[in-house]
Amino acid sequence: MNYLPNIIFAIALIVGFGYFARNVKKLVRNIKLGQDVDVSDNRSQRWKNMINIALGQSKMVKRPVSGFLHVVVYIGFIIINIEVLEIIIDGLFGTHRIFSQVLPEAVYGFLIGSFEVLAFLVFVAVVVFWIRRNIIKIQRFWKSEMKGWPKNDGNFILYFEMVLMILFLVMNAADTTFQNMESGNVISQFISPLFSGMSPESLHIIERGAWWLHIVGILIFLNYLYFSKHLHILLAFPNTFYGRVNNKGQLNNLESVTKEVKMMMDPDADPFAAAPEGAEDETPAKFGASDVQDLTWVQLLNAYTCTECGRCTSECPANLTGKKLSPRKIMMDTRDRLEEVGKNIDVNNGEFKDDGKQLLGDYITNEEIWACTSCNACVEACPVSIDPLSIIIEMRRYLVMEQSAAPAELNNMMTNIENNGAPWPYNQMDRLNWKNE
Amino acid sequence: MSELLNVPTMAEFMAEGKQPDILFWVGSAGSYDDRAKKITKAFVKILNKAGVNFAVLGTEESSTGDVAKRAGNEFLFQMQALMNIELLNSYEVKRIVTCDPHSFNCLKNEYPSLGGNYEVLHHTQFIKELISSKKLDIKESDYKGKQITFHDPCYLGRANSEYDAPREVLGSLNANLVEMKRSKERALCCGAGGAQMFKEPEKGDKDINELRTEDALKTNPDIIATACPYCMTMMTDGVKVKEQEQKVKVLDIAELIASSQNL
Repeated sequence: MNYLPNIIFAIALIVGFGYFARNVKKLVRNIKLGQDVDVSDNRSQRWKNMINIALGQSKMVKRPVSGFLHVVVYIGFIIINIEVLEIIIDGLFGTHRIFSQVLPEAVYGFLIGSFEVLAFLVFVAVVVFWIRRNIIKIQRFWKSEMKGWPKNDGNFILYFEMVLMILFLVMNAADTTFQNMESGNVISQFISPLFSGMSPESLHIIERGAWWLHIVGILIFLNYLYFSKHLHILLAFPNTFYGRVNNKGQLNNLESVTKEVKMMMDPDADPFAAAPEGAEDETPAKFGASDVQDLTWVQLLNAYTCTECGRCTSECPANLTGKKLSPRKIMMDTRDRLEEVGKNIDVNNGEFKDDGKQLLGDYITNEEIWACTSCNACVEACPVSIDPLSIIIEMRRYLVMEQSAAPAELNNMMTNIENNGAPWPYNQMDRLNWKNE
Repeated sequence: MSELLNVPTMAEFMAEGKQPDILFWVGSAGSYDDRAKKITKAFVKILNKAGVNFAVLGTEESSTGDVAKRAGNEFLFQMQALMNIELLNSYEVKRIVTCDPHSFNCLKNEYPSLGGNYEVLHHTQFIKELISSKKLDIKESDYKGKQITFHDPCYLGRANSEYDAPREVLGSLNANLVEMKRSKERALCCGAGGAQMFKEPEKGDKDINELRTEDALKTNPDIIATACPYCMTMMTDGVKVKEQEQKVKVLDIAELIASSQNL
């Protein structure tokens, strides 16, 4: 027997999965560059969120058209993977359609028949997605942050999926034994007439060709994920699990600030007292965030999970009225900067070397940060529980508490609160005047 | 008219050794903003009419610090919060009602981890409670058959998932309630949140309140109902920009209920 194809196949698998695993390790390392945050609370709610939002696609279908199409692709993606299992076994052991020998013919036919129907539906859905992006030009795909690579990236993913589905169907259509089974060739029976009149040898070459391209295509797609915006197919699950579980309106209270404020307000506190031993390191390097390392790892996970669908931006009141702020861009910038920092670490033997850049300023401008109304429309719109608002607030904290760089009007407002307990310059003693007016 | 309002303070209750059932947190806008003061008074009239045993902090009240927090000034927020919590705890406050969704959100969600644990209600939730417990009986309403559209305040709706209370209260008026295309979870912000109220907007092609007012006007309303003093400012301005102020009134739910009771 000739084992060459088996060996080539095994090597392709090892290289494909190996390279992917290597990049996943990098991904995890980059995410861990974020600040630690306690996510051990609300376990049952977190599981529910993951099951409903990621597994159950509950937020996707809030927009019925894209939601339905996405469910088709999602179910197709998961179920057709059973077929990949057969391909892997066949490839490694040189068998042909191993499941057809193990399973009763009717069961095998039903399985492959379902895959074929799904593959066809996925193909149609992906074509509709492409039309929505490129012909109908749905606005959210044509915002300024979607120019160049992000636009191409989105289309590449669609082409990949189209080609993979076609290869799967062609592989079945050119498989004479399978066609002769007359079971499960629900869609491919309409493709096989295209090959009528061809010699068995040519047919075999087409079948083998499609088979190899299909599995190699899957491996390439898997490895493309890391370089694309498409990691959500994996990260949506952890992201919905670790995402927000409390009311959307609740911002975290900075504990480091609480300590300082309590000391300021404590009449017995000795401002000149030496810090207790070992406490020197407790003061954080800075308040708020100006770069990715200042954000929490959940926020960094958010950034990698974003698939640039733009539902957030299309609901953002600032963006809808022509301001520069786009919540999607906040997430893309965070991810791009994190990637840059990761590469910096790679080339500097595991240490980050200051590159004179940071997320705030070099990627995200103050203008964007100050345009936010904190209305949570973006958070509500995200189908995978990403929270762009939390990043915006961290950057405001940095601007105000580290840089004193709030817009002048806001400084006036804050001075008023400090002086008279209201954002307007009115005397606190007049607070109850309305009663007698 | 002012002599009709009964507004006891916590200090007065304390002096008599008594405790009110609920604290009315008036908020900075409700205390100083001319338009919002009308909402405050309308709500007090409702409280008086329903015989609610309530008090205000009066001159002891201070900003919740909410707007400072949203502007990024965590120091100022926590100073305000810790001061307020000290005061509220010294009065042994258990229950708070406010007409301002921003104060509502802040007191409800952000005070607890700093030591301030209270049951916090938005005034629409409290009015709903008064109606269902028959303390407030809405028989006749001037708004029967009027077209009313409700603008969800972000900090009541999305932030705290309260969409029903304001609608149920409005429902008691027998008016014709119409929803805007963007409502509830998908309601558009009025443009005032996140400290925008206190600054000029960034450069763009439109003001947010104008866009939101367009949403509202598309429903052909007689009245745009709000439940937030900042939304009130923004929507009122929006209606003026669209030169519809003769036709369309912007009113808080408390004002609608109070006037339907001829209060």
